[in-house]
Amino acid sequence: MFRGSPRLARMFPQAPPIRRKLMVMLLVTCGAVVMVTCLSYFIYEFWTFRRTTVSQLDLLGEVIANNSTAALAFDSADDAQQILAALAADRHIVAGGLYTAQGALFARYPAALAEGMIPAAPDTDGRHFVGGGLAIFQPVMRNGKRLGTLYLRSDLGAMYERLKLFAGTGALVVLASLALAFFVSRALQRQISEPILALAETARAVSDRHDYSVRAVRQSADEIGQLTDAFNHMLGRIQQLNQELEQRVLERTAELRAANQELEAFSYSVSHDLRAPLRHIGGFAVMLEQHAGRSLDDKGRRYVAVIQDSATRMGQLIDDLLTFSRLGRSEMRREPVKLNELVEEIRQSLQAEINGRHITWRVAALPHVSGDAALLRQVFANLLANAVKYTRQRAEARIELGADGRDAGETVIFVRDNGAGFDMKYADKLFGVFQRLHHSDEFEGTGVGLATVRRIVQRHGGRVWAEAKLQEGATFFVALPSATARASSAPSKNS
Amino acid sequence: MSEPKNILLAEDNPLDIEMTLNALQTNHLVNEVVVVRNGAEALDYLYARGAYAHRVAGDPALVLLDIKMPKVDGLEVLHCMKNDAKLRSIPVVMLTSSREESDLLQSYKLGTNAYVVKPVDFSSFIEAVTQLSIFWTVHNELPPRVAREAE
Repeated sequence: MFRGSPRLARMFPQAPPIRRKLMVMLLVTCGAVVMVTCLSYFIYEFWTFRRTTVSQLDLLGEVIANNSTAALAFDSADDAQQILAALAADRHIVAGGLYTAQGALFARYPAALAEGMIPAAPDTDGRHFVGGGLAIFQPVMRNGKRLGTLYLRSDLGAMYERLKLFAGTGALVVLASLALAFFVSRALQRQISEPILALAETARAVSDRHDYSVRAVRQSADEIGQLTDAFNHMLGRIQQLNQELEQRVLERTAELRAANQELEAFSYSVSHDLRAPLRHIGGFAVMLEQHAGRSLDDKGRRYVAVIQDSATRMGQLIDDLLTFSRLGRSEMRREPVKLNELVEEIRQSLQAEINGRHITWRVAALPHVSGDAALLRQVFANLLANAVKYTRQRAEARIELGADGRDAGETVIFVRDNGAGFDMKYADKLFGVFQRLHHSDEFEGTGVGLATVRRIVQRHGGRVWAEAKLQEGATFFVALPSATARASSAPSKNS
Repeated sequence: MSEPKNILLAEDNPLDIEMTLNALQTNHLVNEVVVVRNGAEALDYLYARGAYAHRVAGDPALVLLDIKMPKVDGLEVLHCMKNDAKLRSIPVVMLTSSREESDLLQSYKLGTNAYVVKPVDFSSFIEAVTQLSIFWTVHNELPPRVAREAE
């Protein structure tokens, strides 16, 4: 059995069958040849012997007939009886008789032969095959005058005995040849089966251990030897390609890592150095307000407030942008995520934004999906925060979460609100970085939230889209590949 | 209650120093804030060597460390302090503008007592510094050895 390799075991259900096949082939061929030879010899022998028997009976009939002329001519039954008694020399003659020219039975052999075992009157001259034996009617002639008829019957026993002996010998010959063929073929088939088995063994090593460094040993210069060479050549090529591929992957990984490190360093310095002057702008604006607040008029105080707000906004932008850029680089984990629990937690954390407003939540039973919990939390936090934000002007805000029917290997979750909505004309801009469809004095925001949503969902292999009508609300769809679809399409490592 | 104790502030940015001092002094938190401009100076002060060889004896009650500083950075200072039996018990707060996860993880691995991201919003910055200072210089129980030395 090919242990450990179900695929090869499927290809070769019982191993090693090639040995048995070769053996059976050789034995069947050899057996058939011997059988045909024996049978034809048997048939030949049968006919030859039969002809010999017939001619012997003819000869015997002629001799006896010649000898019986005197007995018939002189009507001497005793002489005739004595002549017929000589038939005892041939034990296969079972019956004999002499008829007069008028057809009356004159003498019989053996003398005690029962009536009915011999025809009452002679039949036509010549040979007759009767039930398991051969009979002849031989005319007894003298000087061209017919004196009577001789009847002889042979039981053909000699022929059957001989044929029996012959069949026995034939069977022995067949058995002996098969035995000989078995031992000879067992030795000979190795020459063919062994190189093939060695090749199969090598193929198994490659398939089981993914070890492309093994080589099959070339055992002969024939087609199997060529096959072995071709197989080895192929292995060498695979090994070479594998190494090249691994080398290329290593190089690419190193390049990517270097690029990633550069990006990391860049975003690190952005987060440190870009933030410092901002902090000073905001901080010193506050200190200015503390220091000279009383001497400033309303206009002056507004200017200071604008400086502070702008610094805060810029800080928020930098934070969001850094978070966004980190999304593409951070490692992603896959784990089962219970969306309902996630949504409930996000709703709790949104209480401050809701700030006593009346919002009707309708959250359906959501499926469990597979993904990075922290990243998916960000997706739904952004979508729900948007829904809360853009329903702000509604007296009766409605936010609905649900799952569309699972089809085509996707789990589709939607977030629907009855808020400000947007013009579908701009739907393609919705998920771009820093793209905003509302003025910031109407709805605040940095334009990174939905870009973040899209990037996270794309990293999960999914897609996002939205449908909306201006002033009537918007629906955001998140489609994630369902766990089962991914499991079946992903190549497993051990096969 | 014992009198407010010293704070060592290691910060290279003069504007940040000014803002921090403003926040601390507005809240009348300490008698003295020792300001050093980089990690090397911070270590000199802590070990009372170099320019600080003749300083008044005693450890600061709290060390505020900026991460990004020239010569020796805040993480290196933290590493030195937490590997020195004499300095290990001084509370350290990493005070930085970085939100980078690597800085945060590294700081806690090295044994920082707190990590504060300097907010852009000045009022929350003041609040953060004030809370930390009050906590570490007034409410926090010092380990017995330091307490004995302070007497």
